[in-house]
Amino acid sequence: MAEIVLENVTKTFGGTVALDNVSLTIPDGSFVVLLGPTGAGKTTTLRMVSGLDTPDSGEVYIGGRPMKGLSPAERNVAMVFQQYSLYPHLTVRQNLEFPLKSPLLRTPLELIDRTVKEVAEVLQIVHKLDNKATALSGGEMQRVSIGRALVRNPQIFLMDEPLSSLDAKLRADLRIELKRIQAKLGATLLYVTHDQIEAMTMATHVGVLNEGRLVQFGAPREVYEHPVSVYAATRLGQPRINVLPADLFAGAPSGAKSIGLRPEHIVQGEGEEALVRRVEHLGDQTRLHLTLKRHDLVTVTDPHTPLRGGETIRIQPSRPLYFDAAGIRIA
Amino acid sequence: MSYSVTEPSRRQKWFAGVLVVLYALITILPLVWIIATSFKTPSDAIAYPPKTFFTPTVEGYVNVFTTRTRLTEEQLQAVGEPQTWYDRLVRKDGLVISGPSRFAERFTNSVIIGFGSTILCIVLGTAAAYAFSRFKVPLKDDLMFFILSTRMMPPIAVAIPIFLMFRSLGLSDTHAGMILLYTAVNLSLSVWLLKGFIDEIPIEYEEAALIDGYTRFQAFYKVVLPQAATGIASTAIFCLIFAWNEYAFAVLLTSGNAQTAPPFIPTIIGVSGQDWPAVAAGATLFLVPVMVFTILLRKHLLRGITFGAVRK
Repeated sequence: MAEIVLENVTKTFGGTVALDNVSLTIPDGSFVVLLGPTGAGKTTTLRMVSGLDTPDSGEVYIGGRPMKGLSPAERNVAMVFQQYSLYPHLTVRQNLEFPLKSPLLRTPLELIDRTVKEVAEVLQIVHKLDNKATALSGGEMQRVSIGRALVRNPQIFLMDEPLSSLDAKLRADLRIELKRIQAKLGATLLYVTHDQIEAMTMATHVGVLNEGRLVQFGAPREVYEHPVSVYAATRLGQPRINVLPADLFAGAPSGAKSIGLRPEHIVQGEGEEALVRRVEHLGDQTRLHLTLKRHDLVTVTDPHTPLRGGETIRIQPSRPLYFDAAGIRIA
Repeated sequence: MSYSVTEPSRRQKWFAGVLVVLYALITILPLVWIIATSFKTPSDAIAYPPKTFFTPTVEGYVNVFTTRTRLTEEQLQAVGEPQTWYDRLVRKDGLVISGPSRFAERFTNSVIIGFGSTILCIVLGTAAAYAFSRFKVPLKDDLMFFILSTRMMPPIAVAIPIFLMFRSLGLSDTHAGMILLYTAVNLSLSVWLLKGFIDEIPIEYEEAALIDGYTRFQAFYKVVLPQAATGIASTAIFCLIFAWNEYAFAVLLTSGNAQTAPPFIPTIIGVSGQDWPAVAAGATLFLVPVMVFTILLRKHLLRGITFGAVRK
């Protein structure tokens, strides 16, 4: 339950810049998802906030207090690690109790029992409580790892791809559960993921990182509809946004180098002629893989479309995004 | 790194089995010989050809713990009938027990010095290995090489300077001096072995503990130590075996007060003729603590030896 502020934070690891002058204000009670490919600085950002690493320059504030020199324990943050990091010599129950028994919290025993039970039920691991942490499947380990953060009531939750190795059903359940817990506790949550469904459904804010720089920060819809660059545009949307030369369609503003078309922003009927290469029926939607003047693009269409591969359709953009030569959005 | 494992054929297994049995026989034979000798009479012990079957006696064990005197007939009369089973045993040869030998004392010295130096080695070694493994130590590689270099020559090569140092520091023939010496010799091995084990423990566990509200020291003993148990156990065995068996320094630096069992056992032979059974009994008893210690920790030892060989 605290605002997090990163102020001009820079961090290098032996020559490579992990974070490059990042400034970011995460409002109290928000659910912030960090997006970006491997090496963009997402995990480093979490480690800066947690205190596991300290910035080379710049400052991190939690709830208005500067965090310089404070240990992770003193910051009162909970973190879910990408590699689970369950204590292998302990049982699942002991792993979940571990933070509660710390000198920081010193929880009374009956409260420990109750909390562990509640969290285990939410994560559906009650039947595994007395297993050794090493005798679990990947998905179970990940749930225990989330549980170890949830048993606490910290100022801030930091989660590094917490749902990555769960099956689709459990992932959907836990998305809702995490969101519910976060709303109930009013905690600030900083979340790293590659999964854009997680980003779109859970986030109140999305931060797009690229090579250690914060490219864009805003509500998920805003980042989706008004990306600042080609890079930010490609972070959200499944199938990905189509990026094509701007002169393929008429009406490009001057200086535009490329046009970005979300799959749902391609209208069929009039315009340029495109060859249908492949039709993918996904049930709730159908994807068309098209070739337009030797450029490939993907669009979505009516689930019951009669179109087949080899046919030709006419398409034109609606709500196109235009980018200049550097990839910055100009219209 | 990739490797493939194929199930060995029945013949290969049989061949491997025979080799293992042969090797086991070769290594166990001296042990069996010593233990058998310890239960023989002095004449059986030097019989040629060696006796495989003999009437066992505990005379050797009695002799190793006692000093005996030969008495004349009149003196024996004066002493009267032997009272205990061990009195009767030595009386057959016309001897009476005149007192305890110093074996128990030497044995105790071995235990104090062996385990003392092992504990010290493990405590210091674990702390140093953890620091080298986890922190940015200036000149880390040079320091690690320096630590290793203390073992590059045989320790006995510096016997004379150590003898002189011990004399002027008043450490000669003291328990503290021997513990210090064996710790110094073993510490390099201990640091190197333990660093290898601690390197294998992912740092993420400690990070998780730090986040969970523990200090670094608490994280060390709650999370790192339990996982390093295997490495600590096998390192402890190596240290104990060295300190327990060490002979050269023990001969040189101890005589009365802090003498360990290895230099004492050979002296048993001179008490009354060539008493091989007593020597063998001393050696057999001397084997017991290390064997018990190793058996207690064998689960860890086996894992310890293969630790780091398999990439997970």
